[in-house]
Amino acid sequence: MQNQIQEVLALTNRWVKRLSREKFSMLFTLVQPMLFWLIFFGSLFQRAADVNVVQAPNYISFLAAGVVVMTVLNNGLAGGVDLLFDKENGFLERLMATPIRRSSVILSRFLFVMAITAMQILVILGVAFFFDVRPETGILGIAVILCIGMLFGVGLTAISMAMAFSVKSHGDFFSVLGFLSLPMIFLSSALVPLSAMPGWMQALAALNPMTWVIDAVRPLILIGWEAAIPQVMIALGVLVVFDALCLYGGAKAFRKTVG
Amino acid sequence: MATSSVAIEVTGLSKTYDSLTAVQDLSLTVQTGEIFGLLGPNGAGKSTTLRILITTLKPTSGKATIFSHDVEAEADTVRQLIGYVPQERAIDRFLTGREHLLLLGDLYHLPKEEAVRRIQELLKLVDLEDHADRVAKTYSGGMKRKLDIACGLLPNPKVLFLDEPTLGLDVQSRLNVWDYVRRLRDQGMTIVMTTNYLDEADQLCDRIAIIDGGTIRATGSPKELKAGLGGDGVSLTLREGDPGVHEQLTEDIKGLPFVRSIRSRERGLDIRVDAPEKALPALFEATNRIGCHIESIEYHRPRLDDVFIHYTGRSMADASSSSDSESAG
Repeated sequence: MQNQIQEVLALTNRWVKRLSREKFSMLFTLVQPMLFWLIFFGSLFQRAADVNVVQAPNYISFLAAGVVVMTVLNNGLAGGVDLLFDKENGFLERLMATPIRRSSVILSRFLFVMAITAMQILVILGVAFFFDVRPETGILGIAVILCIGMLFGVGLTAISMAMAFSVKSHGDFFSVLGFLSLPMIFLSSALVPLSAMPGWMQALAALNPMTWVIDAVRPLILIGWEAAIPQVMIALGVLVVFDALCLYGGAKAFRKTVG
Repeated sequence: MATSSVAIEVTGLSKTYDSLTAVQDLSLTVQTGEIFGLLGPNGAGKSTTLRILITTLKPTSGKATIFSHDVEAEADTVRQLIGYVPQERAIDRFLTGREHLLLLGDLYHLPKEEAVRRIQELLKLVDLEDHADRVAKTYSGGMKRKLDIACGLLPNPKVLFLDEPTLGLDVQSRLNVWDYVRRLRDQGMTIVMTTNYLDEADQLCDRIAIIDGGTIRATGSPKELKAGLGGDGVSLTLREGDPGVHEQLTEDIKGLPFVRSIRSRERGLDIRVDAPEKALPALFEATNRIGCHIESIEYHRPRLDDVFIHYTGRSMADASSSSDSESAG
């Protein structure tokens, strides 16, 4: 147990070092979602969006929950990229030839991606604060948002790692990634509420776990505990199933690659 | 006891990927304290064999043990005994040399002070002290290889595996690597390496296994293998002339008592002969008789390339170029 903790920490430390030395990459990772989505998108649709449809004081406050969950989505889906490069250049093999527990590599990745995601969520909520978006449920609500985000992120990271281990080349990986991420965003309640969608989109969006996650985060920001608690419960139920499926798939792909 | 000196024992090892057989019924024994080379062209099955030995790939069938520990059933024990030096690109460009070693120190659970002390020693050994705190993307090919070797040595392994240790290195770095490897062997370490360089196998390895098409074609010291061929090589290159001359000459010299074998190639013949002092004049006589002109003649003691040709039916260079399109073994 103590050995495994040492392994996971050493490997996580490596991911942190890598990120801190890719200064540009770090900057864009942190800044991109809030700049592009929250500020540009939020301002762009400020007048176009009908406050009666989005049921929020303004579009940016409606969008905040969506941007938080989009960040989780993007970080999660990209979470396997570094392992993909490790697999391709042989570093993974070097690690696997050492007497570490096979799961340590995976755990270090989860730990790292979750930590980065949590920080980004806090940064986004901080920026939203300047646009007068104050979470109605306070600090405790923010903690719940982080928890829900992490739970969603675990499943997504597992999918990403499973893909990293299964694909033949990194070209395939990025194609699938590009194919997945935008439809996931548009077919969810990130940008507009389900009630404003055409029927067929509503049906698809209801199948998207992201919709349920956003619908739990949004009342935590906009309304308050009473409206949020039932939504949070539903989201937790959805995420338990989602994570179980993703982790099962991920474990299978991992075992196939490294035994 | 003979068994006490066996480091690695491989019996009937096979590895099949979907439709491709990478390794087929391969058996070999490596003795403690020797430099053992797996020599073969790309795609021959060297790397597959190496990966099974370092426990990162499971064999389809067969068995391999390192100091009597099974690489599958006792993978964890085996991993404690081995060090691995992969090909150069398996380096994290964003970490410094020292950070690579510190990471591995944690993964091998070396006590902190011991790790720090050992890392300093190893950096000194491979002459990287001055560059230890620069990120690896600033390293030259030779420096990366030195770091690789230091990483492989950090756990103080009983067996060190090197995958194409001098691929793409300049001459000086190459000689340095050879020098380290010899020094380690002299300290009692067992070394297993893959190579597709004939001269490397010849000069560095104590024993080699010639591997082609996933099976071992011959095993022995380079000296034994060359001596086993018997006879010296004579390469005749003929001037462009009658197309029939080639066949005629082959026919004429085939029966000569000191000619062991004849292999035809474009514009010439490779002839293996006993007693060169008799063979050479006789060969000249034969060419004169049928009136063909020799452009050049080359006489040499047996080379490892001849051994490779003898056991696989093709030269190392041909084998490498024809297997480039196949999957890397």
